[in-house]
Amino acid sequence: MKIVSLILRTTVRFLFPLLLLFAVFIFLRGHNEPGGGFIAGLVASAAYALYSIAWSSKEARHAVGVETRMLIGAGLLVALVSGLIGALGGQSFLTGLWGYISIPPLFKVEVGTPVLFDIGVFLAVLGVTLTIVFALEEVE
Amino acid sequence: MIAILTFSIFAAAMIVPLFFRNGRRPTGWLIALLPLGVTAYLASLFPRAANGAPETFSYNWAEEFGASLSFRADGLSLLFAILITGIGTLVVVYSGDYLKKNKNLGRFYGWLFVFMGAMVGVALSDNLLLLFVFWEFTSLSSFMLIGFEHEKESARAAALQALLVTGGGGLAMLAGIILLGQAGGTLELSALLSNETAVQSHPLYLPALILILLGAFTKSAQFPFHFWLPNAMEAPTPVSAYLHSATMVKAGVYLLARLNPVLGGNDVWMYSVGGVGLLTMLAGSYLALFQSDLKRLLAYSTLSILGTLTMLIGLGTPRALEAVAVLLLAHALYKGALFLVAGALDHETGTRDVTKLGGLFRAMPVTAAAAGIAALSMAGLPPLFGFIAKELVYETGLEFNSWLMAAIIFMGLSNVFVAGVVGVGPFFGRLVKTRKKPHEAPIGMWLGPALLTGLSLLAGLFPGGVSSLMVSTAVSSAAGEAVKVKLALWHGINPAFLLSLGTVLTGIALFAGRNILRNVLRKLEWKWGPAYFYDRTLDGMNVLARIQTRLLQSGYLSLYLIIIILTLSFGAGATLFRIKDISLPLSFSDFRFYEAAIAGLIVGAALAAVVLPSRLGAIAALGVVGYGVALTYLIFGAPDLAMTQFAIESLTVILFVLAFYHLPKFNILSSPRSRRRDIGIALLGGVLMTALVLIAVNVEIAPPISDYFVQNSVEQAHGRNIVNVILVDFRGMDTMGEITVLGIAGIGVYALLKFRRNRGGRQ
Repeated sequence: MKIVSLILRTTVRFLFPLLLLFAVFIFLRGHNEPGGGFIAGLVASAAYALYSIAWSSKEARHAVGVETRMLIGAGLLVALVSGLIGALGGQSFLTGLWGYISIPPLFKVEVGTPVLFDIGVFLAVLGVTLTIVFALEEVE
Repeated sequence: MIAILTFSIFAAAMIVPLFFRNGRRPTGWLIALLPLGVTAYLASLFPRAANGAPETFSYNWAEEFGASLSFRADGLSLLFAILITGIGTLVVVYSGDYLKKNKNLGRFYGWLFVFMGAMVGVALSDNLLLLFVFWEFTSLSSFMLIGFEHEKESARAAALQALLVTGGGGLAMLAGIILLGQAGGTLELSALLSNETAVQSHPLYLPALILILLGAFTKSAQFPFHFWLPNAMEAPTPVSAYLHSATMVKAGVYLLARLNPVLGGNDVWMYSVGGVGLLTMLAGSYLALFQSDLKRLLAYSTLSILGTLTMLIGLGTPRALEAVAVLLLAHALYKGALFLVAGALDHETGTRDVTKLGGLFRAMPVTAAAAGIAALSMAGLPPLFGFIAKELVYETGLEFNSWLMAAIIFMGLSNVFVAGVVGVGPFFGRLVKTRKKPHEAPIGMWLGPALLTGLSLLAGLFPGGVSSLMVSTAVSSAAGEAVKVKLALWHGINPAFLLSLGTVLTGIALFAGRNILRNVLRKLEWKWGPAYFYDRTLDGMNVLARIQTRLLQSGYLSLYLIIIILTLSFGAGATLFRIKDISLPLSFSDFRFYEAAIAGLIVGAALAAVVLPSRLGAIAALGVVGYGVALTYLIFGAPDLAMTQFAIESLTVILFVLAFYHLPKFNILSSPRSRRRDIGIALLGGVLMTALVLIAVNVEIAPPISDYFVQNSVEQAHGRNIVNVILVDFRGMDTMGEITVLGIAGIGVYALLKFRRNRGGRQ
């Protein structure tokens, strides 16, 4: 399938980075405001899907940089590891542990294993959606 | 330390194959250093076990289920574990030469180490659930190793058969273990041992016993599950020597010996375990007589020994248990050697048919010597260890009645016969021409048999030293009380000795007439064995699976939807009808204008989706429905849901567009009748869902949990967005499961599309 649309390409040229930034934004605010890894994953997928329709799945794959199926595995692995961190500390699997990263006068951010878990969700959702989108697009 | 040891073997299973990447081929000698080290360490634990203070290790795993990572190295465990790693070392060296040209040698070593680790785990586990986990790993690795030459159909079938039989038994055993845990109040073996009376008087004793016996019997190939073992000879010969003779098939025997103090000592135990063992012994002894394939010969004689061991445990007297320990050791030494010899013969001559082998002594002197001595041990001749074992078995038999004794003598006879056919026949007599020109096997392939037979000889000549100590501590663990064993080569001229002499002489006579015997017995072969029933059952299951697949998995999407919606409607509908006081809280008083507008939009779009004459139009209409629902979420204060819904709707449209590109032209293909049917089903589903939602709002079964989340979200989970906190923290396990399912579904879609593409390419 080949659609060559100048309007689409021009729009996507601007939308693509914005959507990705938006995904990061949604992800980061997720713990306190509406958002989170799942939605962020969907938004990022939409960005790449648009990219692949405007250009081609080959170029979209290149933009992703890694094999999309690897993203699925990586996501599951990250989520698993985030759970194991709690387990290794002698608590039960998936217990959230929290700490702070701070550079004193500038900022202080709370980080915990659930953030890692959310990254896992993000990667898994992105991987699954893109795997399906690209595979569909590449069917002859 | 013993836990680290066990897991280090598993680690080796993952690391060793890496050495074989990019065509590199490290030697088996190097890889054998790990099992050698483990053996040495295990041996160093022996004095502690003998003094009654075995090394233990315990770590909490899942307390709620009674599962813990507890290991214990007492006499019986160590005897078994040393056997596993010791013979494992030789097998690793042997395989390096035997599979020299095989490109999958790395994978082979990987699974061999998985097996070794699992077996050591079975031997050292002190927790029954932990033991079960290792037990399953042995079945799994056995499956991979039997099916190692996976291009061969027969190898795949044999691997599957072994897995189904032992895996099925394993499941029964798991149930048995859980029942035993309830009867005894604990799953720790060492604690169960002191609960003997409580366990045996518990109503769950009998079911637990039967289920555990099923596990042990299938694993140790006891009658009527014995048929998988001879078929498992499809595996490469080092695997047969290691798994299907020396170690894995003895796991059942080990478990029986281990549980003997808890479960044994009564009539049920004696007749079930002893009886099944006796039958297996007779069946194996008989079936061995007319085989001509070297490995099948050895497999059937292994069956007869496994039966003997089981029977002896059933008898349960201290002397019987002593015989178990000695025979276990002796059999592993001589049978392991003979299997390796059989592999060497196959490797050097290209055939395993005993009728096509002869006179190889000159060509393969070292192998011949090892085979000859191992055969002497198998036949039970002095001064080899096998002689001591056989004398003990005979003496045990004489303690009971003469029928039992007769059966044991038949077993002895069969073993003398097989020993002759395997260990002597191929090397003496006239030289038979073979496909390959025979010459001595490489050192890695004769070292194993030579060392094992050397040990047979040493243990026979000096029975008082190490072997007595090992057997004493092992028998003490199996008997549940301290037993002092003093092995001796010469017991004087007693009935057992005379019977044994007679057995050997008759056996030699049988061996002389082996070709006639084989031909006569072949004619009597019986096809209605248990293997026949296994095949029929498997066929029946496949037929059933095909029928129900044809019924339920028609391939028509519409039919799937109909089945799902109707099942849901009738299932939930039936339950709804049984609730008497249903009140639908329908009131239109506090309705706002924009709510009505959105509702109207949704309904209108849904209708449009049905009637629009183009796919794209229908999808756009469905998209409107989705956005309408998302707006509703937004109005009623669920921004997270709304955002997700928006994202999903957009993506769905993209996916649909991509998929539609491949579909044929949009047409109305259904008949008016089937469309009327679909309308009915759709209405039914819609009405039911609406009713369900309305009722669910009013019914409160338990107090809502949302208050808990509101209170604890910031405090415990450091987040103000409760939805996300639930997703990643409170209900993290659910999300974990969901993304796993999502991943599997994604890969499934990918595979389907890829498969379709390949098929298209071939057309």
